[in-house]
Amino acid sequence: MSRWSSGLATLKRYPSAVLGLSLILFLVGLSVYTLVAIPYSQALDLWRGGEPWRMHPVNAQPVWTNWLDGADRPRTQVIRGEPADAERRDYDGVRQLRIPLVFEYHHAAFPSELNLFLATPADGREAFVRLTWQTPDGREIPLGGQRISGDARISLSQDWALERRLGRVPHVGLFAEPDDPAQPARVQPGRFQLLLEAIQFDTAAADSDLTAELVVYGRVHGLAGTDHRRRDLMVALLWGTPVALAFGLLAAVGTTLTTLVIAATGVWFGGWLDAAIQRLTEVNIILPMLPILVMIGTLYSTSIWVMLGVVIALGIFSAGIKMYRAMLLPLREAPYIEAARAYGAGSMRIILRYMIPRILPVLIPTFVTLIPSFVFLEASLALLGLGDPLLPTWGKVLNDAQAQSALYNGYYYWVLGPAGLLMLTGLGFAMLGFALDRVFNPRLRSL
Amino acid sequence: MTEPRDAMPPRADAERSLLVVEDLCLSYRTSRGPVRAVDRVSFDLRRREALVVLGESGCGKSSLAKALLRLLPRNVDQVSGQVRLAGLDLLALSEERLRVDVRWVRIALVMQASMNALNPVVRVGEQVAEPLRVHRGWSRARALERAAETFALVGVATDFLQRYPFELSGGMRQRVVLAMALVTEPDLVILDEPTSALDVLTQASIMNRLKQIKAELGTSFILITHDVATSSELADRVALMYAGQIVEVSDAAGFFREPLHPYAQRLMASVPRLHQAERPSHIPGQPPSLLSPPAGCRFAERCPRRHGRCVEEPPIFQRPGRHAVRCWLAAPGGST
Repeated sequence: MSRWSSGLATLKRYPSAVLGLSLILFLVGLSVYTLVAIPYSQALDLWRGGEPWRMHPVNAQPVWTNWLDGADRPRTQVIRGEPADAERRDYDGVRQLRIPLVFEYHHAAFPSELNLFLATPADGREAFVRLTWQTPDGREIPLGGQRISGDARISLSQDWALERRLGRVPHVGLFAEPDDPAQPARVQPGRFQLLLEAIQFDTAAADSDLTAELVVYGRVHGLAGTDHRRRDLMVALLWGTPVALAFGLLAAVGTTLTTLVIAATGVWFGGWLDAAIQRLTEVNIILPMLPILVMIGTLYSTSIWVMLGVVIALGIFSAGIKMYRAMLLPLREAPYIEAARAYGAGSMRIILRYMIPRILPVLIPTFVTLIPSFVFLEASLALLGLGDPLLPTWGKVLNDAQAQSALYNGYYYWVLGPAGLLMLTGLGFAMLGFALDRVFNPRLRSL
Repeated sequence: MTEPRDAMPPRADAERSLLVVEDLCLSYRTSRGPVRAVDRVSFDLRRREALVVLGESGCGKSSLAKALLRLLPRNVDQVSGQVRLAGLDLLALSEERLRVDVRWVRIALVMQASMNALNPVVRVGEQVAEPLRVHRGWSRARALERAAETFALVGVATDFLQRYPFELSGGMRQRVVLAMALVTEPDLVILDEPTSALDVLTQASIMNRLKQIKAELGTSFILITHDVATSSELADRVALMYAGQIVEVSDAAGFFREPLHPYAQRLMASVPRLHQAERPSHIPGQPPSLLSPPAGCRFAERCPRRHGRCVEEPPIFQRPGRHAVRCWLAAPGGST
């Protein structure tokens, strides 16, 4: 419609509208990308945590923190030992495997953790594994032997005996220059090797293989970092966008439309109906929304859709009714409304087609600025621990961060990401809303 | 025939009557008590006839117009009497039946200050088409097509369909409102002061249009006005209202030539005429308050021909030729 395109042209004259609109478009684009890249079910699976994240470091900073302070924090390295690389020797019923896991390490900072994942055919046959660590200067440090069957995880970082021997935690001690453990450790850069010697019994099956993965956990990960459960925060930041936008938009549309229709109905029919709506509104305005939501979240369900429904239900008889009523009352007496009544337009037609469309333009700015307030409401609920139990949202990231004392522990990025996105959302809609206000309420223009 | 009666007698030719109003009363609630704006009004209207309801401001003309369609404001106290449209009692009809079967289907109303009766943010074509969409369920395109035809009928170029009300002049807007009333081809159009805000030339042109429409479509009109000169253009019949009552109903020719009620006579004398030496006179005094109307004749206080009987309320006296007068002077044997 030409009216819309001309309206858009008017908006272009306001820089805040352009900026706000581009922020909103960016968030919408991000949402679309997220929905395509990480489908809903996958997002839920990922956010549940556990297995998918075992290769990720705990509480790693985002990679860009390296650029900020110039520190050389390592990324995670995964060194795989394929059966093909193995040197194998078959004896009578016994197979000996030698798998060297070689990697270069040249960072100034130590890794954050060291884990070895071993996978053997899961049919109950056992293998015996002996590990030897070789440093760049040729020292050999025996890491002991283990009996394994099936999939195994050898947590080198949590080997207390090794820690006592080295005088430092293993993922520092194994990488450090050999000097006084009382001094601060320095990385010995160069080529490291973990030699894996395995003895497998019962080699009847030719494919009885052993796969080894050495994970040298880094201190930075991705653009968003990871949380205390190794989850990539990016998943939550990305998925929080469509959730926040959908929640804000649905809640704003739901409350505005229902409120508008109810206010208009009350104004048009007047009498006891209007009085009942007004009294109900007055009671509802006094009822505090947040405690009710907290109560429902605690006693019933914290599902985001239940919350959305309750927010809309509580928002119906809100202060908006008073405002819309004041705007609609003079309209009711307008000659053209009387004319519409004279030519036989029904009440519903008058309410929906003549009265409401007249005040819609004035409401659009209010509506636009209403959206982020619902986004914030959802985040506040999540921060209070009433977030959706399954969906990753910005509020839940903040909730986790708070629960883990993120700021006290220096994980500022954990708070910064979701908070920044929340602010961008608020900013985008607010700037657009203010510009729309000037377009639709021309009286403000001269100010 | 000359038996004094308070209401008009049922007519022998009732089947020719489109609208019969009997004893219609309408009162408003006010803080100072009920106000009877329409008091025992009776008249009838035939098909293809134009009735002009004449009267000064505040005499209940507009209230009468709204009462006919039961478009009553919220402070209406009570409505009584009968309004029969071809046998259908409009006052007894349910609101929904009235809306679906009568408003704009049989009777259309052009309201006072109707220039404001247009929605400022909707194109006038859409507004004229709206009654068709409401009543006949027509598609937008079809209704707009008919709206264009109606525009031509009232003398508005069809490219005005696309305009907004503020883009039209007062006269154009008045024609648009008229088109809106005619678009559903009702039997009767009630025009409440349709031209009072317009200049004389526009008034004349609209009156000519109305005359033409009446001849072409056979629509009946009730024209409510205070303007004696303009009304004479269209009128077949004239009803003169004073303080909520009809004081004289007559054929237009008879009324303008030889009015019987003293108020009618003084009113005619107050109209300036082109080829007349005498100055037009005025009627001294003010109409009585409708809060507490005088017990007798309501015009008595200002009447130059007041006499003893005027303290009693005069009934309606029927005179030959569909002529009725509410004045003792019109009583059989009385002189006029």
